[in-house]
Amino acid sequence: MAKASIALNRFGLGARPGEAPGIDPERWLLAQFDAYEARPQAVAGLASSHQIASELTDYLREVRVLRREKRRNAAAQPEMETEPAMRGWAMQPMPEPQDRVDDPVARARRIARQQARDHYAAAVSARALTALNAPAPFVERLVHFWANHFAVSADKLEMIGLAGSLEFEAVRPHVLGKFGDMLHAVERHPAMLVYLDQAQSVGPNSALGQTAGRRGQKAGLNENLAREILELHTLGVRTGYSQADVTEFARAMTGWTIAGLGRGRGAAYADAGQPGNFVFATRMHEPGTRTILDRSWPQQGEAQAAAVLDLLATHPATARHVATKLARHFAGDEPPPALVGRLETAFLRSGGDLPAVYRVLVEAPECWAPQPVKFKSPWEWTISALRGLGSQQLPPMAMNGLMTQLGQPVWKPGSPAGWDDMAASWAGPDAVMRRVEAAERLAQRTRDTVDARQRAAELMPEALSESSAQSIARAESPAQGVALMLVAPEFMRR
Amino acid sequence: MITRRNFVALGASAVLTSGLGARMVLAKAATERRFVFIIQRGAADGLGTLAPLGDPAFAGQRGVLAQDFASAPRLDSLFALHPAMTNLHSLYQAKQALFVHAVASPYRERSHFDGQNVLETGGSSAYALKDGWLNRLLSLLPADDRAIALAATIPMALRGSVEVASYAPSALPDASDDLLARVSAMYREDSQLHAIWEQAIATRMLTSDLASDNGRNAAATGSLAARLLSAEGGARIAMIETGGWDTHAQQRGRLAGQLKGLDAMVGAVRQGLGPLWSETILVVATEFGRTVKVNGTQGTDHGTGALAMLMGGAVNGGRVVADWPGLGDAALYEGRDLRPTTGLDTLINSAVASHFDLLPTRTAQKLFPDMKSAGVLKDLVRA
Repeated sequence: MAKASIALNRFGLGARPGEAPGIDPERWLLAQFDAYEARPQAVAGLASSHQIASELTDYLREVRVLRREKRRNAAAQPEMETEPAMRGWAMQPMPEPQDRVDDPVARARRIARQQARDHYAAAVSARALTALNAPAPFVERLVHFWANHFAVSADKLEMIGLAGSLEFEAVRPHVLGKFGDMLHAVERHPAMLVYLDQAQSVGPNSALGQTAGRRGQKAGLNENLAREILELHTLGVRTGYSQADVTEFARAMTGWTIAGLGRGRGAAYADAGQPGNFVFATRMHEPGTRTILDRSWPQQGEAQAAAVLDLLATHPATARHVATKLARHFAGDEPPPALVGRLETAFLRSGGDLPAVYRVLVEAPECWAPQPVKFKSPWEWTISALRGLGSQQLPPMAMNGLMTQLGQPVWKPGSPAGWDDMAASWAGPDAVMRRVEAAERLAQRTRDTVDARQRAAELMPEALSESSAQSIARAESPAQGVALMLVAPEFMRR
Repeated sequence: MITRRNFVALGASAVLTSGLGARMVLAKAATERRFVFIIQRGAADGLGTLAPLGDPAFAGQRGVLAQDFASAPRLDSLFALHPAMTNLHSLYQAKQALFVHAVASPYRERSHFDGQNVLETGGSSAYALKDGWLNRLLSLLPADDRAIALAATIPMALRGSVEVASYAPSALPDASDDLLARVSAMYREDSQLHAIWEQAIATRMLTSDLASDNGRNAAATGSLAARLLSAEGGARIAMIETGGWDTHAQQRGRLAGQLKGLDAMVGAVRQGLGPLWSETILVVATEFGRTVKVNGTQGTDHGTGALAMLMGGAVNGGRVVADWPGLGDAALYEGRDLRPTTGLDTLINSAVASHFDLLPTRTAQKLFPDMKSAGVLKDLVRA
């Protein structure tokens, strides 16, 4: 495989017709740090997390009023607090809630769901359009990488609309900055605070916790976000922290919430300012000094968890965790230890300066191995296929449906660990069959305007095997040639 | 194009690692037997599924979560089943469902991903083994006992040296036969894609008439599993992945819905299998349990001891197996979790061995090589 092909496909999102890295592919990649647009046109037009949170706040308020009326009318039946629970089954779309036509709460929920789905669809579309037209595909790949590292999943109602905004508002602005800045932005973002239940976590000895306790009401700690920060976002699993560290960190995090979207007892105290605003609610915060990772944290209020995040952001275990994931993403499922070591060093020396780390990737011979090192994920395959066909626009909702059918619905990994970055997760019989089905459909849309024999050589310079080239050349129609190009072994990998 | 005839031949050659001993045993084994593994990803709350109502500490520890069991069917003096599981209750009464409480894999931390890895690989620590116990089980069965994952990709438990298929209904239009044939030719030389593609084609042949049944809910998934398991030359072992069990907040409504779905899935498997139900066992298991106490958000956090379920016509059911550790504060594991008293590996090993008429020591060595307690749970399956 020529270096041009590696730069386009392994580092980038796949070539567009006419795109070529020139004689110095490394330089082409590094120049993208200047070409990158943090807020491209497609993203600028989207509703912000504030707007989405405002709608949700209105909905929650409306439901509260309706429920109060309903209770007054006595005959009420109990309503479920969250989305109907049959979500997350591995392969089914969420079932529709069974609305009773005359139930105003159900009607409000249906409207809120529709609103959220519209935001979701618009955000998926914006993500795809940005990937198709980006002047800096290498940096865009890194955006996708980090969004998956800090995964949220659009499963519950509040998350459907908010999920994408985390990537746009907390990842994109920091992808070329410090890891620590991205970390702080992500952990304060409403999508993360809602997804991992942080918004409703209350310190048992906080003012609110004590009041609730005296009244015999439930208001307490939720460890979810604290645990996933340690396990997934920073240090990584099995890096020496204990259950006590998780609980202590969760206590330090209490008070980190968001205006308008808190649930339960805390909601009233997190009403400051615009819905979706990060709020530090002093009344929810567990007072006192915490002991985390064998250190004592005497800071007051918001600064306590923030100081822990600062330590985590530049911790050697974090450096190793991030280095391993980046090396796996660019150099193969089994990350080369030497490369991991160099990335780790760059991370630590620069204090988590991400461009310094990316430079090591670009300079690493391991990332330029001439054989393909990765099996493309469904997202990577789809974007590279659409880019390869020169698509610049997409029918609304098309991306949504396609990604669901290919097994990787956008921002719906179903778990805070995000999508797995290994061939074993994607190279299954059914998954490959679906790509073939999708390839045929995409190829039919080209209406015989693409000559796959030339296009394949252009998209994958000096990379196509004799057998693939022959299969493409012998296709019974131009469209079939395109379909074969899109599922050629060389196009399935990068 | 691959034909039905050479698909069967492919199946026969797919198993590379069958030990000679296993073949001998299996020559007289009931090869019509079916086995389904249903994984509950996210740490399902066993105490919220099968509640120890008779434990004096239960109501106090569980608070609001105990309310679901006010009118729940009692199974014995200690346990009550969640009222959402009506099919399971009927199965229990017909002695075709068996519950094992306070079980755990050897994993003792609280990470979903590590916990699932241990559960699926059958190792004693995460990532110690590179393949899954269900895949290794296949290598002990006759070569034509095939396995299928009801998922678009292959879960860890089924990964390994024996080829398995995966299937999930697709809404994409079927690719043309001509394109499929050309893809077959193009992948012939590719070491990875060749094998994957042969499986995809083979599975498509078995399931093409199911593609319209697009499995929109759990019951449809259960029916689909039953159809794949019933097909002549089809799978004998299936794995179904379910998610959504990580109930950190507002657990009551969510868990009730999850359990209802699981119940519907099991009901559909039973109905779909018809007479084959008597040859079948289903094992339902999760990576670990949840905390005994309710957290501040009406949910529960990651715990240890959990519940496992065995269902099927071949199960010697109608009872709860539990060396019950108690729910008093002093009895809890690390002061917060249900203390595990039975190894999940022991349970699975015992069930699998008797179901397929294999020596438990042999299956243990193969499926759970690090298994510490050599104990066998007796009489899980009808002879």
